[in-house]
Amino acid sequence: MAVVAARQPAPEFSLDRHDDEPFTRADLEGKRTLLVFYPFAFSSVCTEQLSIYNELLGDFAAHGVTVYGVSCDAVFAQEAFRQQLGIEIAQLSDFEPKGAACRAFGVLHPGGFPQRALVLIGPDAIVEWSYEAATPAELPGANLIFDALEAAAV
Amino acid sequence: MRGPEEARLVVVYADFECPFCAALEERLQGLALRVAFRHFPVRSSHPRARAAAAAAEAAAAQGAFWAMHDALFADQGRLEDPHLWQRAERLGLDVARFDADRRSEAVERRIADDFRAGVRAGVATTPTLFADGERHSGRPEPGLLERLARVDAAGHEGNVTP
Repeated sequence: MAVVAARQPAPEFSLDRHDDEPFTRADLEGKRTLLVFYPFAFSSVCTEQLSIYNELLGDFAAHGVTVYGVSCDAVFAQEAFRQQLGIEIAQLSDFEPKGAACRAFGVLHPGGFPQRALVLIGPDAIVEWSYEAATPAELPGANLIFDALEAAAV
Repeated sequence: MRGPEEARLVVVYADFECPFCAALEERLQGLALRVAFRHFPVRSSHPRARAAAAAAEAAAAQGAFWAMHDALFADQGRLEDPHLWQRAERLGLDVARFDADRRSEAVERRIADDFRAGVRAGVATTPTLFADGERHSGRPEPGLLERLARVDAAGHEGNVTP
């Protein structure tokens, strides 16, 4: 299984939000979205990844991009994780049926958690760019995202 | 930038509140390497990292960047404002000027520029070290620093003394 490729339409999916309606494919329309799939809340590597992306929210916004974190953790765990990190990035939960959205995006690890992956989706719900880390330990630098955003702008 | 001119240049992206960065900076001091420091403060993990970076830049305006850099890394548990003022005083800086400078827009911009440059160069964790155009993320692998220090910038092996 590989992450959904550029120029493919985003799959149908539903992810739970803390204190909000589910986030679905329809929510992608009309804006650019970056989904940051990460293996587990509270694992140390994701901590830095989301913290660094959080520092760059202004830069992402300048490109019209809204960033979401996605994992198979329950919404309450994700919210606690978000608060502990002190970050603003909203979290989306693939808890039940577990991993269904991750599978649809091609990032479900055989271990039952999302592979570390980035999916940039355009306002037409077509994937603009995607990246899958070689291992869950690899931290994709935000430079990859900005390179993709700038390549798309040309 | 500090270290002998003939030594190899390493660029270090670090955060004054990061313990691995402190350990790395201490090791670098004992080696014949020319070190350039770049700020990479991650606020959510290290709430005082940005303030500490600003303190180092404010000290730089009075010619005391490295003295402040060392003083910050030497005591990462004390990074609140009064601790920063104490350090400035101990280093003989003009404390009022230090305090104004550390809140200045120029200092803020300098730190933000370092952070962005780091992101563009692929920094995803601290510390991250660059030598000869190669990126080394996280704690350096054993022997890396010693190997870099042994060979000078022109590629000659030799005993470059710190």
